Amino acid sequence: MGAAEAPLLATARNGRELVFVGNGRWVAGQGRALEGSVDAALAEVASGASETARIDLSGVRSLDTLGAVVLDRLLQALDKANIRFQIVGLERRFRPLLDDIIKGSHAHPPRRRRVNPILGGIQLIGKTMASTAEDGLALLSFIGAVVAALLRVLVRPLSFRFTSMIYHLERTGLRAVPIVALITFLIGCIIAQQGIFHFRKFGATTYVVDMVGILTLRELGVLIVSIMVAGRSGSAFTAELGSMRMREEVDALRVMGFDPNEVLVLPRLIALIIAVPLLTFIGNMCALFGGGLVVWLYGGISPEIFITRLQEAIALNTFEVGMIKAPFMAAIIGLIACMEGMRVGGSAESLGAHTTASVVKAIFLVIVVDGLFAMFFAAIDM
Amino acid sequence: MQVDSATQASNGAVPEVAPGEPIIHVRDLVVGFGERTILKGLSLDVMRGEILGFVGASGGGKSVLTRTILGLVPKRAGTVAVFGQDLDGLTFEGRRALEQRWGVLFQQGALFSSLSVRQNIQFPMREYLDLSQGLMDELTIAKLEMVGLTADAAEKAPSELSGGMIKRAALARALALDPEILFLDEPTSGLDPIGAGEFDELIATLQQTLGLTVFMVTHDLDSLHTVCDRIAALADGKVVAVGPIDTMLASKHPWVSAYFHGKRARAAGFGSEGAR
Ligand SMILES: Nc1ncnc2c1ncn2[C@@H]1O[C@H](COP(=O)(O)OP(=O)(O)OP(=O)(O)O)[C@@H](O)[C@H]1O
Ligand SMILES: [Mg+2]
Repeated sequence: MGAAEAPLLATARNGRELVFVGNGRWVAGQGRALEGSVDAALAEVASGASETARIDLSGVRSLDTLGAVVLDRLLQALDKANIRFQIVGLERRFRPLLDDIIKGSHAHPPRRRRVNPILGGIQLIGKTMASTAEDGLALLSFIGAVVAALLRVLVRPLSFRFTSMIYHLERTGLRAVPIVALITFLIGCIIAQQGIFHFRKFGATTYVVDMVGILTLRELGVLIVSIMVAGRSGSAFTAELGSMRMREEVDALRVMGFDPNEVLVLPRLIALIIAVPLLTFIGNMCALFGGGLVVWLYGGISPEIFITRLQEAIALNTFEVGMIKAPFMAAIIGLIACMEGMRVGGSAESLGAHTTASVVKAIFLVIVVDGLFAMFFAAIDM
Repeated sequence: MQVDSATQASNGAVPEVAPGEPIIHVRDLVVGFGERTILKGLSLDVMRGEILGFVGASGGGKSVLTRTILGLVPKRAGTVAVFGQDLDGLTFEGRRALEQRWGVLFQQGALFSSLSVRQNIQFPMREYLDLSQGLMDELTIAKLEMVGLTADAAEKAPSELSGGMIKRAALARALALDPEILFLDEPTSGLDPIGAGEFDELIATLQQTLGLTVFMVTHDLDSLHTVCDRIAALADGKVVAVGPIDTMLASKHPWVSAYFHGKRARAAGFGSEGAR
């Protein structure tokens, strides 16, 4: 078939008349080639010295939007150069599409803004600082809103979503028990093993029991549990609330006269405040058990001696220091998670960003607050 | 009906469908979820170059049928062939080649929420076509204008669009590759009547120019009346009537007759022709 070899658009000059002959398939699949031929033709138009043009498109077998857009480029160039033109031989069925395209304004796509990279960098720093400050304020106002919701619920206890709270308690508490137990057990084992290995050099093996007891009960138990909960439940809270926001479910609640903080946030928050201390207790026990096991098998200290030694090493307040922190950690994780969830915008990307932010901020704040607690307890001699 | 025998088969792997042959061929399709069977042995042919309107009760399984043809929902029995090819027997490449040749407008739009409208439309272009960025931008604006949006919608995020605008932007994306088959799930719901009318015109134009085949799920009686060449009615998991509007009006099936002779149908000008 000869037509297959014919160029998509051939240009010829006939005195003061330009003659364009189109051929073949003017479709998206030919994009580059078409654009190339038309741009070559445009160069011919720009070279001037023509008054009329004839565009013979009888060889064009198919035309789609892209073909029409490219053809319109040629027509506009001709218009601009004040060249009168006529199109001949275009199949009738292509006409409506071409007319639509000619009417449109595609030839002037709005310029996209280019940002100077240096300015962009400075802008980014400024924006980050502003958003950090905003974060702080948002957290404060969110805490305010949640406390207000809490007070309302305290006035009318019956309005508390008890079922929902129990449901979240199961998810964040009960279902987290196996993994929390396993991880704290392993941490207990590792601390004991390291302690024995190094303390043995000084012949101070029995002090390993002190170390395991104090370290896990005061610090590690609650920290490990908080970090686990932030990763496990905090991220889930953010994702749940965020996708509810994306699909306008939160707005639906609001227009029905419900306070989303009361319906969605409070049950989650309270469930977490109950669950984290319980998990911390379980974690503490598992860590002690793991430590005791390693001390016995690896350090040769029998369980009886371990327990006696433990009783001497730790007082009730060691245990209390760890447990007191737990509800505060829970509140931090819950508040951050719910706040981030409520700030999710319309896109999937924003959901991901806020979920990440939720976990990172929660873990960061948990560690900072743990440090503050350490200073506080040192000050009151606990 | 005109037929372009050499439509844009950019990949030789997919054979052409001869004129007048069904371009979508569904036989004895059974689809269900859990205990419930939604489609119970449904058969349907869509011919090349026609606009087929698909009607059925809400929750009847229209979206499920569309999704099954597209391969998004597993079927329990039956065959689905598109462009004369059984979808089950396709290789990965075959499937990819085929997916370039259809465009889909989902009921909820399904725009990518993290991309702007322009990026949404250029997403398939970038993947399948070899175009310069400038041409791609031009083409994007052209598509947007075709579906009745203005150029300044291009840089908006989907979450900033109104319901009707989402429909239009999603249609522009479905048209990005100038497909041969267009699947539309309730395209005119959420559009104002003028917009819906323009939409019908657009579909008719595309059908004429590109030889487009359209499978359109719709409840819009005006669309059914003005642009659809044939109508298929779904009831009880089967196609109970198929044919031009007169066939529908003459149908004795209780649901079909209620649909086309109801108050709203009469208001839209049906039944007044006295087709019985
Ligand atoms: N993923 C799914 N799991 C279970 N059931 C489903 C699923 N998708 C659809 N269904 C069921 O299949 C039936 C048909 O749904 P479908 O979305 O096809 O309805 P439709 O005919 O498109 O209705 P409408 O006109 O309201 O869009 C419904 O009863 C629905 O509950
Ligand atoms: Mg549907």
